Amino acid sequence: MARMAIVPLSRIAHARSGDKGDASNVGLVALSAAFYEVLVREVTVERVRRHFAAICRGEVERFEVPNLLALNFLLHDALGGGGTASLLTDAQGKTHGQGMLEMEIEVPGELL
Amino acid sequence: MKTVRIANGQGFWGDSVDAPLHLIEGGPIDYLGMDYLAEVTLSIMMRQKLRNPAAGYATDFIDFIRRALPQLVEKRIRVVTNAGGLNPKACRAKIFEVARELGLQGFKVGVVEGDDLLGRLPDLLGRGHELRNMDSGEPLAPRVSQVTSANAYIGARPVAEALDGGALIVLCGRVTDTALALGPLVHEFGWAEDDWDRLAAGTICGHILECGAQATGGNFTRWWEVPELWKVGYPIAEVEASGDFVVTKHPATGGMVTVDTVSEQLVYEMGDPKSYITPDVTADFTSIRLTQEGADRVRVSGITGRAKTPFLKISASYLDGYKAAGQVTVSGPRAIEKARLAAEIVWKRLERAGVTFAEDDRVTELLGVSAVLPGILAAPSNPPEVVLRLAVRDGDRAKVDRFGKEIAPLVTAGPPGVTGFAGGRPKGQEVVAYWPALLAREEIERTLEVSVEAI
Repeated sequence: MARMAIVPLSRIAHARSGDKGDASNVGLVALSAAFYEVLVREVTVERVRRHFAAICRGEVERFEVPNLLALNFLLHDALGGGGTASLLTDAQGKTHGQGMLEMEIEVPGELL
Repeated sequence: MKTVRIANGQGFWGDSVDAPLHLIEGGPIDYLGMDYLAEVTLSIMMRQKLRNPAAGYATDFIDFIRRALPQLVEKRIRVVTNAGGLNPKACRAKIFEVARELGLQGFKVGVVEGDDLLGRLPDLLGRGHELRNMDSGEPLAPRVSQVTSANAYIGARPVAEALDGGALIVLCGRVTDTALALGPLVHEFGWAEDDWDRLAAGTICGHILECGAQATGGNFTRWWEVPELWKVGYPIAEVEASGDFVVTKHPATGGMVTVDTVSEQLVYEMGDPKSYITPDVTADFTSIRLTQEGADRVRVSGITGRAKTPFLKISASYLDGYKAAGQVTVSGPRAIEKARLAAEIVWKRLERAGVTFAEDDRVTELLGVSAVLPGILAAPSNPPEVVLRLAVRDGDRAKVDRFGKEIAPLVTAGPPGVTGFAGGRPKGQEVVAYWPALLAREEIERTLEVSVEAI
């Protein structure tokens, strides 16, 4: 059994986020095919829901985009009403990608 | 082999005013896409047009035309833009006026109209089109008196038609961002209306370009690896008749084009990756192949698409009350505690004055202490300063204005170390909310009009 290391997602992935109405979209792109497998296994809907518990009040959806080594997440009801109606500083979820990359995950040590 | 070079010089209203000039001057391009419309910009333009029938388009675009027109005419670089807003014909008249001032002629400007549905709403609702909000499911009828603009997103066909007519500049209103690229490609390559794979390729090309520098190193996760971001080159796609294309940028510009920068832009504002729905095609993002074929050159290939849907998306805006935000900087020892006290003071003083807001309609943020990403990044326990930001919204403008009067007193009647109150009392601003809906496409397509005029 390989030794597992705990690292932030920023070690193995990129992210970019934006808004879709009152949902934010967080795209997560793995730095390699091996890391994509780690993302699929580790970055589950449940993990993302917990990670954004103080931000996202609605459902979390996950889509797989294997050709881009990417996962796409929709965080519903996460922008305080969205667009122009929101009172939040980050009304468009522009920082949610950076927030996602702070999630700590288990990665097989030999991949790092 | 014929390739068409399409660039994007304006990713959104407020983007760099110099970027499009650098694209024109920094090397060869055939087409320049320019986006000036945010979701609720048309609402602002509607108000301008009601005051002045010759207004209602993006005046920033005229500033661009004044600087760029001599080179556009000389180099035959064609511009496709949504800057026409709600009044593309007035925009065209202004461009012709600028051309006369500059002594330029011998070019054509195309106008696409028919996306503005505001005047048609009673008829559409009366005939049973409910225009339900795509997010909430509510029907539009109860809100119709609050609606300030309603436009259909139109696709690439009318853009191509204007280019077929010889337009050097194509002025649209609410055209999709992706059509700014797909329109020229349909014109150049004659892609058929059911050539779904190529239409999807042109659409995805448009998606990569539409946010300007976000494809070339802007907003990139590994920002420390991006060279000379200060002079970032905006993106250019070299598109082949097959639909395959290479994303690149001009030589001697900053930024970078890598599989990583392009991938990040592809996942930006993505929904279901298998179904990216536009007026022209349903594109499949899971078909995209990316290859680094050289320095700052990424090849995009393999794209597939499916038939377009029977609907077009409507983007309406409506007045939904008022909001205001104000902030002060709190410095010195125990800054967090003082900022929390200051917030409590504001809310209590307002309550004493009989002004209260629902929990969801007021916000207290301590910027510098994990306000933007609460629960994710650890907050410093004793920062030297924090910014206290308070915001409210309500249907009653007087309440929102009253809130705005309660910030400044914190400087003298709050804890010590409160500063940075500038710019006057925050005043209530109208909340122009966004209403997305679907409408049967034939309702719009039968009234679209393309006109091309020469000077």
